[in-house]
Amino acid sequence: MKPATRTRARWTAVNLVVVLYALFPVWWIAALSFKDPSTLTDGNFVPRRWTLENYRGIFRTTEFTRALLNSVGIALIATTVAVVLGTMAAYAVARLRFPGKRLLIGMSLLIAMFPPISLVSPLFDIERALSLFDTWPGLIIPYMTFSLPLAIYTLSAFFREIPWDLEKAARVDGATPWQAFRLVIAPLAAPGVFTTGILVFIFCWNDFLFAISLTSTRAARTVPAAIAFFTGSSQFQQPTGSIAAAAMVITVPIVVFVLLFQRRIVAGLTAGAVKG
Amino acid sequence: MTVTAEIPTRAKISEGSRQERRLGWLLCAPAVLVMTAVTAYPIGYAVYLSLQRYDLRFPQRARFVWFDNYAAVLSSSYWWQALWVTVLITAVSVTIELVLGLALALVMHRTILWRGAVRTSVLVPYGIVTVVAAYSWQYAWTPGTGYLAGLLPPGSAPLTDHWQAIGLIILAEVWKTTPFMALLLLAGLALVPEETVRAAQVDGAGFWQRLRLVVLPLMKPAILVALLFRTLDAFRVFDDIYVLTGGSNNTGSVSILGYDNLFTALNLGIGSAISVLIFLCVAAIALVFVKVFGAAAPGGEGDRR
Repeated sequence: MKPATRTRARWTAVNLVVVLYALFPVWWIAALSFKDPSTLTDGNFVPRRWTLENYRGIFRTTEFTRALLNSVGIALIATTVAVVLGTMAAYAVARLRFPGKRLLIGMSLLIAMFPPISLVSPLFDIERALSLFDTWPGLIIPYMTFSLPLAIYTLSAFFREIPWDLEKAARVDGATPWQAFRLVIAPLAAPGVFTTGILVFIFCWNDFLFAISLTSTRAARTVPAAIAFFTGSSQFQQPTGSIAAAAMVITVPIVVFVLLFQRRIVAGLTAGAVKG
Repeated sequence: MTVTAEIPTRAKISEGSRQERRLGWLLCAPAVLVMTAVTAYPIGYAVYLSLQRYDLRFPQRARFVWFDNYAAVLSSSYWWQALWVTVLITAVSVTIELVLGLALALVMHRTILWRGAVRTSVLVPYGIVTVVAAYSWQYAWTPGTGYLAGLLPPGSAPLTDHWQAIGLIILAEVWKTTPFMALLLLAGLALVPEETVRAAQVDGAGFWQRLRLVVLPLMKPAILVALLFRTLDAFRVFDDIYVLTGGSNNTGSVSILGYDNLFTALNLGIGSAISVLIFLCVAAIALVFVKVFGAAAPGGEGDRR
């Protein structure tokens, strides 16, 4: 009994360290967001006077609400399109034999490794010429491009796990390849598709470089970019409280997402990388 | 009538497999089109722009200058300083992440208590927006405001000192991305057969011996993939530096340099030359990993089972 208790105590300590490591910067920004303006700079890890004033403040301005709308809309549309196109390509990669498949895989691998800054200057010029600069499509298109390789990898890893004999059976029963895909495989693939959707959404939600480079007004600026351009209500006031509150507003939904779907997210992150 | 010579090769392609090909191309076409439109074309355009003198403040003076922009960038101390900072941040943070990530993976793999809770909280840094995390660190290290700055001797302002600021940028990077590394390594650990490890234990191998001689060699492919991903990712470091120091005191990475040249100096020619150079660096890193270390390209074995 004694060694067992000691092992237990040791694991508790180790786990506690891990959990604290993961959470303390999040706790700090949360604490800041609840601090009264007068105590904002006291450096305390726990607010001495709690207030919701910072949250009320950011929701009073259209600067933040508009950015939130942009973030949600752009990330949702980019995710949807990327997952649909990625599903189609991943199905072909995992399932069909056709020349050019290796080229496709190599190409998307290359794109997954692209440094986004390398695309910012040409995209800036191209989007201005096409008047896509500072619009929703101006961000949606780059986002879905960068998330497509991610979607194709994770999905093709998931697709390889599917019992394809069911599809063969459907084909024998006279279904066309498209019918077999739609009626038999798609329902089986749904969990993988959903997981990929979460990963792609996190990716789009996170982006900062494109968001500050390809937007200039509130028309398409997303929250991460808007935060960086926040100004205090007067030039003598630091926007610390507003930034902290806005940071919490975009963090909480993602953290809730992650908590709810942690098993799937782990599966998605590791499937593409390890199973090849 | 005249196709008899082709029959030996043609005959292999049945109607079914021709349909399969067509479907394969059809299904991949939209993804390929989008990826080409937003990456291949702009990269080509970036190369074209980088050969021009193209300052957005004086667009009428744009002209073709061959490699002048590259010469300007490569002979400037700013580029080499930024490259050095980037390489330093990449090398140090990826090394720390590998060690810390492996430790974290072993904890997650072996823990007997609250395994779910540990795995979940490790995902929080992955999910949190980088800019948000960066602000959290920035406020934490700001003298007078932050809980961490309070621990330092009075009068120190770590974010305004070159070396301390680089250290803090690395810290922010490590915090944010170690969990990702840990999860990839955890997946690699899961591939190590339990019996092999137990056999080594029975043979009297201690923890470190088992780790070094049995577990790590079996995990090599997972480790290489994780290292490749993280190295390429760390090389693009931007968000953390933008928020923490804005690139002041020589803490800017190559991405920051490119951004500044484009959006502060509005110089598309120089900005594009920097973009192309960064792309070449990343390609070189990837090539080294694949050729020298033999990292399997993820998704490389695309044949169906």
